[in-house]
Amino acid sequence: MSRPNYDRDRGLALLTMMERIRAFERTAEQAAVRDQLVLGAIHLSIGQEAVAAGLVGALRRDDLMVSTHRGHGHTLAKGADPAAMMKELLGRQGGCCGGKGGSMHIADFGVGMLGANGVVSANITIGAGAAHGVKLLGDDRIVVDIFGDGAINRGPFLEGLNWAAVFGLPVLFVCEDNEWSATTRTADMTAGDGAGARARAIGLPVEVVDGNDAEAVADVARSLVARVRDSRAPAFLHARTFRQGGHTYFDPASYRSADDTAARIASDDPIDRQRAALGAAGVADADLDRLRSDAEAEMAAALEAAKAAPFPDADQTFTDVQDIGAPEAAA
Amino acid sequence: MSRMTYAEAARTALAEAMRADPRVWCVGEDLGRGGVFGQYKGLREEFGPDRVSDAPISEAGIMGAAFGAAMVGTRPVVEMRFADFALCATDELVNQVAKARFMFGGQSRAPMVIRKPMGMWRSSAAQHSQSLESWYAHIPGLVVAVPSTPQDNYTMMHAALAADDPVVYMEHKNIWALEGDVDVGEPYDWGTARRRHAGDDLTLVCWSDTANVAERAAATLAAEGIGADVLDLRTLWPWDRDGVLDSVARTGRLLVAHESVGAGGFGGEVVATVCQHAFDALRAPPRRLAAPRSLIPYAPNLEDRLRVTEDMIVAAAREMCA
Ligand SMILES: Cc1ncc(C[n+]2csc(CCOP(=O)(O)OP(=O)(O)O)c2C)c(N)n1
Repeated sequence: MSRPNYDRDRGLALLTMMERIRAFERTAEQAAVRDQLVLGAIHLSIGQEAVAAGLVGALRRDDLMVSTHRGHGHTLAKGADPAAMMKELLGRQGGCCGGKGGSMHIADFGVGMLGANGVVSANITIGAGAAHGVKLLGDDRIVVDIFGDGAINRGPFLEGLNWAAVFGLPVLFVCEDNEWSATTRTADMTAGDGAGARARAIGLPVEVVDGNDAEAVADVARSLVARVRDSRAPAFLHARTFRQGGHTYFDPASYRSADDTAARIASDDPIDRQRAALGAAGVADADLDRLRSDAEAEMAAALEAAKAAPFPDADQTFTDVQDIGAPEAAA
Repeated sequence: MSRMTYAEAARTALAEAMRADPRVWCVGEDLGRGGVFGQYKGLREEFGPDRVSDAPISEAGIMGAAFGAAMVGTRPVVEMRFADFALCATDELVNQVAKARFMFGGQSRAPMVIRKPMGMWRSSAAQHSQSLESWYAHIPGLVVAVPSTPQDNYTMMHAALAADDPVVYMEHKNIWALEGDVDVGEPYDWGTARRRHAGDDLTLVCWSDTANVAERAAATLAAEGIGADVLDLRTLWPWDRDGVLDSVARTGRLLVAHESVGAGGFGGEVVATVCQHAFDALRAPPRRLAAPRSLIPYAPNLEDRLRVTEDMIVAAAREMCA
């Protein structure tokens, strides 16, 4: 159904980014399962792409981001080069982190992406601190600090939100709630009324959004980002979405009903919804299909580039550890 | 040359660095009133509340936030109050701060000075007395500083503030008021020990406040004709391997003394290194004096049983040189 004053260009940009994220992750999954080229665990955000696309569209390139182990979408949306990301997943030279971090530590400081994190919840205080640094430096960037619903049960959630509120820091906290914490339903292990209620108790302004509606995420992100930038104070977004696959690419998710999952995917896939919105706004199916095939071609090329790249030089094991007392290549 | 206490020496260096570099700032509980040991006294008045910042009682938050602020280009001094409470921020230090530069392929740095006051002072019991310096020496990415004199607390604080690596900076709580001469122009190279006493009969390796104990023991030994070569390591990472090996090559004897628990302690690393690389020079089995592997008690007579004293060092040295 068409919205009044529907911004088609923005709608297309959102779909393009979601298609790119999905194509990146499907390609990475193939590289892991079929090609055995991605050796470490990867956590896919398939079904959650609207959050990354909607959020990042509201940011400036010089704004900052911290993310989680499930951070490919955020990183790509922030502007990282997919070939460099794919090389990182394959542990190759030219990867965003030189092949030394892999999926769970993906980062591209050049586009303000200050790192995914392998420790659940840890990025919450780090993002607050990046905003603290921005405040001390006196510029007008903001930080978007993304974490999962499971992360709200660790201490850094309290410490980071309180910190940002007490010091008046320009950070937008985003709880990307996909309902699952690895193999456990988050609701089963979470008391009270959840992320937003906890944030409200700390005095943060809270918005809740349908995180599978890219347009709605983009709208709320635009207003929250402006609010954070202007007020130089934190805000909180609770984006409800759904993890379509397993926790990692090799998790069959046999602990939940496959039928329920299939029904959720059929009725509430963010890319299908965005295609429908654009179709209703008069965009031809062929044009929408082309967005998808372009994204798939882009990511296939990224994988080819990654496959062609060599592994890092062996001495990289010992570089960038520290200047003072740097390691020698012997114990 | 000026006369300063150990606490004043670090405070003076910090104030000088803050004057010279607006990116340096301090954050920790109670800093606005000078910090629990007065190490920040007067700094708030000069630099204001943003650069001498109070913090909620959120050790993980302090470390994580300071790390985030370091990644965007500031240079935080992180006050953990007691080395014991710093354990609440271990994930942030070990998994984030120490690893960021490497994991992100050199894209980031964490230029942070992480102050963790350590050690036994009278009757502070098991949660306010620990010496855990060897834990951090085990973590790649970290520099570990354990200064023992006003001179070193001045010079090494300056060096730590100038470093682009995270420096775990452990001051000993027992010697905040220790006075000494400070030469503000004294040069410092990381990983060099200070020879606190020269001698040819035995190499005595120590650090932190135990270096002060060892220096007194060396004077007693000298009066008996035993020459102790007392090397205050000053840093556990990097540590002065070459200095220790050179000394042992001359003396043929190695005694390591430290306040922390012996088992798994850094003294074992020193002994192992000497055995591996200077075995032929040894004229006696190397020895360690350290705390037995128990917990630090409250009652003074019990607490004393864990201390490495001057008498113990003298007795061990005598036996080794007999
Ligand atoms: C401190 C910590 N505990 C446990 C884990 C293992 N782990 C990795 S992801 C995950 C689930 C996290 O759930 P959530 O925060 O909701 O993020 P999601 O995986 O759903 O994106 C767990 C338990 C970890 N990485 N870090």
